[in-house]
Amino acid sequence: MNETAKQTTLDYTLRLADDSLVLGHRLTEWTSNGPFLEEDIALSNVALDYIGRARMYYAYAAELSADGKTEDDFAYLRDERAFRNLLINELPRGDFAYSMVRQLFIDVFNSMYLPKLMQSNDKTLAAIAAKGIKETQYHLRRSRDWTLRLGDGTDESHRRMQKAIDSLWGYTHELFELDELEQQLVVQGIAVDSTKLKAGWLTHVEGILAEATLKRPEDDWAVRGGRSGYHTENLGHLLTQMQFIHRSHPGCKW
Amino acid sequence: MINDSMVLFEVFIRSRRGLDHKHVGSVHAEDSEQALEYARDCYTRRSEGVSIWVMRSEDITASQEDDSESFYDPSDDKPYRHATYYKLPDAVNNM
Repeated sequence: MNETAKQTTLDYTLRLADDSLVLGHRLTEWTSNGPFLEEDIALSNVALDYIGRARMYYAYAAELSADGKTEDDFAYLRDERAFRNLLINELPRGDFAYSMVRQLFIDVFNSMYLPKLMQSNDKTLAAIAAKGIKETQYHLRRSRDWTLRLGDGTDESHRRMQKAIDSLWGYTHELFELDELEQQLVVQGIAVDSTKLKAGWLTHVEGILAEATLKRPEDDWAVRGGRSGYHTENLGHLLTQMQFIHRSHPGCKW
Repeated sequence: MINDSMVLFEVFIRSRRGLDHKHVGSVHAEDSEQALEYARDCYTRRSEGVSIWVMRSEDITASQEDDSESFYDPSDDKPYRHATYYKLPDAVNNM
């Protein structure tokens, strides 16, 4: 790989890493706050799957990096504007319904994205995707179950689910958009063309929502900017939480 | 918070092919499908299992401590029920 190719692959890898780390961190906020013990453990397991996935991407990014950066440098020493995660991952965890709807949207997305990434010309990214898809199948089984249970549950749970869907829907459009960098990598067979996944995602999600007696919202608003480093105010708060130990004790090991 | 609709399930895991399912613990869940998922999350994260069974704890009929006299004591004076009671003829050697 020449230097430019290395840099674009590194940028793409960091995007995927940031998606996993930020969502994984949001999920850890449920640890010890879950609705009951079993679900607390299950959610923490999902969080660990995401953080594990983030580590694999960051380790690969470190390998590609020309200036000897480590995975910790990427995770702990970059500021908000340098993070490239999609916005949906950084939104606060909200109530349980909100967290489950977000998981459903992302799990369905990953269940389509990772099989494509497995065919990437970049062998490392393909291998990380192959490991991730098995976890994602299980995650989707859980978030689908919860959507059916809560959507078709009590009036209160139905109301909260619908509210969560309505407030998250505008953040889903960004999942299916490519900027120049990703378009270029799609042409090289490295990145996934997520624009092609939208129709399938909609069919899948609409099917689950209908079964759960929930309504698919109109496409009347959209928020975007994560891939260019423009974030909601929530990411900064998340990063202060996540990074402060590493920043106040540089190089600390335990 | 365990709400009223949640039921206790007992979890059995078979760790390797050819072995029996072994009781490992219990989980609370709304129904058996959910119990299976929680069993997976609570008891198999270190790849202990190839197969999981869950069953409602209430479906287990268990013997009671008080029953032990009538259940087990009668065997105590019937040593011929144990193989060790029988002396093997020398000709058999090791069986």
